Amino acid sequence: MTGTTSQVPDAAGAFGSRRRRRAWDRAVRGSVPFWLILPVAVAMTAILAYPLYQLIVISFQKYGLFELIKHSGTWVGLDNYRFILHDPVFWDTLVRTIVFTVVNVALTIVFGTLIALLLVRISTFMRILLTAGLMLVWAMPPVVAVQVWYWMTNFQNGVLNYTLTQLGVGDYFQHDWYATPTSQLGMTTSLIVWGAIPFIVVAVYAGLAQVPDELVDAAEVDGARPWRVFLDVTFPILKPIFLILTSLSIVWDFGVFTQPFLLIGESHVNTSNYLMGVYLYEEGYAKSDFGRGAAISMLMLLMVAGLSFFYVRKMVRMESAS
Amino acid sequence: MSAASEIALTEHEPHVAERKAARVRRARRRRAGRTGWNIVAALVLLVMVFPVYWMISTAFKPTDEINGLEPTWIPWNPTLQHFRDAMNRPYFWDNVKNSMIIVGFSVLLAIVISFLAAVALAKYRFSGRKLFLVLVFGIQMLPAVGLIIPVYVVMAKYHLTNTLTGVILVEMTFVLPFAIWMLCGFVLGIPKDLEEAAMVDGSSRVGAFFRILLPLVAPGLVATSVFVFITVWNEFIFANVLLTDQSKQTLTLWLSYFYGTSRQTDWGGLMAGATLTAIPVVIFFLIVQRKIAFGLTAGAVKG
Repeated sequence: MTGTTSQVPDAAGAFGSRRRRRAWDRAVRGSVPFWLILPVAVAMTAILAYPLYQLIVISFQKYGLFELIKHSGTWVGLDNYRFILHDPVFWDTLVRTIVFTVVNVALTIVFGTLIALLLVRISTFMRILLTAGLMLVWAMPPVVAVQVWYWMTNFQNGVLNYTLTQLGVGDYFQHDWYATPTSQLGMTTSLIVWGAIPFIVVAVYAGLAQVPDELVDAAEVDGARPWRVFLDVTFPILKPIFLILTSLSIVWDFGVFTQPFLLIGESHVNTSNYLMGVYLYEEGYAKSDFGRGAAISMLMLLMVAGLSFFYVRKMVRMESAS
Repeated sequence: MSAASEIALTEHEPHVAERKAARVRRARRRRAGRTGWNIVAALVLLVMVFPVYWMISTAFKPTDEINGLEPTWIPWNPTLQHFRDAMNRPYFWDNVKNSMIIVGFSVLLAIVISFLAAVALAKYRFSGRKLFLVLVFGIQMLPAVGLIIPVYVVMAKYHLTNTLTGVILVEMTFVLPFAIWMLCGFVLGIPKDLEEAAMVDGSSRVGAFFRILLPLVAPGLVATSVFVFITVWNEFIFANVLLTDQSKQTLTLWLSYFYGTSRQTDWGGLMAGATLTAIPVVIFFLIVQRKIAFGLTAGAVKG
């Protein structure tokens, strides 16, 4: 009797503690992912979220060098935004940046796709060679590429002027490629497109491997021309890849800074050749007018957020589906 | 087997033969066309690789060949003078050291932090996971130049401008989204069965993590580290804004400030400097390019 009575509460206690332990285990296991993402969350809050919050605040303030030393700005409401939105330089820069982005993205995607399609049609040896070359281009640091471009296109003894003249394209002897805004931005475009092509080629080529051979064969048996085969068979299958590549390229080219800033040169960038990033740097940071610069940043980030909305949504959906 | 399917089969026969013949014909036509495409590919290769070739060959040419009006296509008289000049320029070695410190610490911090987050994303379903993904992909889209002003102002507030610590913190944070995404792909690539088998064997989740998961993602960790290395080494925008003293700057900034000593730009020195700046990146990139390409396209191809 005593044995059983002593056993019952004992068993109940053991059962209860086991249940408690199991609940505790579950809670611990449930909290694991949060502990794992905690360091990232801390870093992003301190170095990203807090500055973003500051950006919003500063964009409503007069914030120059004096305020920078004092660590606090003077509230001016919407003045910064009002000034920028009434400034023709902003609107000119915006239109120029949009045109620049469209041209750059179109050239990058078209050339990248053409080279990817070319890779399928050439011999294995040539494919390895071309891929290695593209990897080399991909590996070039942007600042290095800028200096190489600067050397190749310099008006005195740049190899571009010499080659164009020799090929009979025209007389490019001592032609200055940095004389007009269009030409300056054209050179910047050639640099950016050259550097961005390898990524597009690799992504599209990887996608092409997914297109079933039978489908292409069937289309060819039916007498479809290569162009139609691409439009009606290949393209629809690759559409998600093109969507991602295009939205990535749009966002990158819209926010480009290093290449135009360094290739055109800090002493030559001005209101006639500003792209959004350079405009923000020159008017906000270089002139230490942080309040106005913050307002330009806000407008720019809002535009980029709008542009990347579809990309982010697509990526999150894909991640969740997988 | 019914009569209908037999009929279908026999009806199919001539089709198959016809197709085979057509395929052979097309293959023959393709082989003929291939030579043409190979020539086009050679031209594309020439145009794409020429700037890299021109950089390296200029770096080895004597100055009079560089400044001649007619370009010297092949450096028959190679010299190392420009490399010596570039290395003897002020701040070269200081800036090499700074680049290595910044890159080293950024890689270390970013990899540890983002690996933990990648495991959380790949192996757990938790509330807020979707929000976290939105943030990761969203932040990746922000143009760096749009954030220079607040980052500069905040860093100035904490007296971190013109310090390597400040740059390390900023660079490290901005590579996190991509590092997380890349590592997440590698962690997802590990078969769940392996991990479960380890747990059935009696090891805890943590034990399974160290014995099974870690060795399997090691190549992914290396690839991601190299990616972070390259990004931070090449980074210009934040380093340019945060580091004002020349002795505190990185090699990439050193190259961007390269001007000639005389009226004329020292093209040989500039190209030697460019080559020296590119070498570490190119070597690392070529070693792991397959993995990087995988990381970059894994998401895109899955769709």
